[in-house]
Amino acid sequence: MSSVLYDTPGPRAIRRNRILGVVTVLVVAAVLAFVVYRLFETGQFEPKKWELFTLPLVHQNMFNALLNTLQAFAYAAVLSLILGLVLSLGRMSVHKWVKYPATAFIELFRAVPLLILMFILYYGLPPLGVEGITPFIAVVTGLTLYNGSVLAEVFRAGVEGLPIGQAESGYAIGLRKSQVMRIILLPQAVRNMLPVIISQLVVVLKDTALGFLITYQELLFLAKFYGSQGQYGSPIIPSAIVFGTIYILLCLALAGVAKLVELRLRSKVGVATKAAGQEIDAGV
Amino acid sequence: MDTLFNNLDIFVDGFRMTFVLFFFSAIFALILGTIVGAMRVSPVTPMRAVGTVYVNLVRNTPLTLLMFFFAFGYPKLGLPDVGYTTLAIIALSLYTATYVAETLRSGINTVPVGQAEAARAIGLPFGQTMSLVILPQAFRATVPPMMSVFIALLKNTTIAAGFSVAEAGTIRQVLSERGEPQLTVLLWVALIFILAVGVLSLLQRYLENKWRVAR
Repeated sequence: MSSVLYDTPGPRAIRRNRILGVVTVLVVAAVLAFVVYRLFETGQFEPKKWELFTLPLVHQNMFNALLNTLQAFAYAAVLSLILGLVLSLGRMSVHKWVKYPATAFIELFRAVPLLILMFILYYGLPPLGVEGITPFIAVVTGLTLYNGSVLAEVFRAGVEGLPIGQAESGYAIGLRKSQVMRIILLPQAVRNMLPVIISQLVVVLKDTALGFLITYQELLFLAKFYGSQGQYGSPIIPSAIVFGTIYILLCLALAGVAKLVELRLRSKVGVATKAAGQEIDAGV
Repeated sequence: MDTLFNNLDIFVDGFRMTFVLFFFSAIFALILGTIVGAMRVSPVTPMRAVGTVYVNLVRNTPLTLLMFFFAFGYPKLGLPDVGYTTLAIIALSLYTATYVAETLRSGINTVPVGQAEAARAIGLPFGQTMSLVILPQAFRATVPPMMSVFIALLKNTTIAAGFSVAEAGTIRQVLSERGEPQLTVLLWVALIFILAVGVLSLLQRYLENKWRVAR
């Protein structure tokens, strides 16, 4: 990494940087060592606490929980992409009666915390006589409403980031409004925004963990369940380590895909861009 | 309306705790994020490595999992009992700090090369280049995305509700025991959040206009 923030280091700077580097490594090592020492000291590495995670039945359950997580992710990802597309088209519409409701919808669902949204769906609706709200439906619907609204803004930023000439030349050769959008603008916008879209999908994957709080039987739910098994010494920390690793690996894999796509896109040409660096903040 | 005013005490307590979580997490995240962001652009390779690993690891961890670690794991380590609120603040700060670091880093990248070169030309060392020239400008360029990070933090505080912290997310639970309709309660909570996010968005727009860097 070349930086404009500092000169090429001279002999003194190199020496100082080395010392700082060693200090950094020592501090980090000390913190990690302390954590490991505490884990060891409180008996978290006892075989008894890990025995649970060697049982075939547990593996089977973990696999099912993983499938539940991935299922919620897959449904929510596809549905929120569709919803995002529809909402962004609505928001960019020239008809006020389409534009304002779509805008209100987007702003509303971006402002409500996702967990509260899931609570509304899961705890709020059944007393009104809405039946069949399973945790799965609440998780997927909540994720879809929130991420669909965020993605709508991403799509819109993508379309508005294109040079005006793209739409104009479309109209000039006689395409209709819907055709300009479908054939010219959206394909380019989606390509430009692909890294942002994928990192928003990472957010979807991460937020499936919220399902834990409304009793959706996904990975974290199982982690809590196994973590409180008394006859295995309540291995909550081993359990958190095991399930945490799975989560992080899943998200890292998806983030890796995002990086890959970004690199591949950068090596290709042929997509018009107005600004070099579009600023759109993905969800947190 | 009755639901809100008959139980105003619960609502006020809940949102006060939400504000406490938000306020302290924001401050700690800002401090930690600035340190990590500076580490990620520093000339010292191990510092850059540590910053990168930290950001990539924590950004790809669900906040729920992080809270899970602190709320359920920490008490088992035999360390001093600090209470669930503090643990939630730690988890929120660690999580949000990665976003602050990334926002700052991209803010640093928007500062023109000439600024850094001029700072070095008059002989400022790295620390002063950062603290006197780059960071003040980077902070301005990062105001809008930074406010988005804080809006996200405000919404994320609700997750602490699942980990024994009595804040806005738990109002539903308390009031359903009092026999209030859950949907009404939740809609009030949602409305207050919408208002709070709206205020932060207005602040965002105001600061954006006020501190716009003239280039």
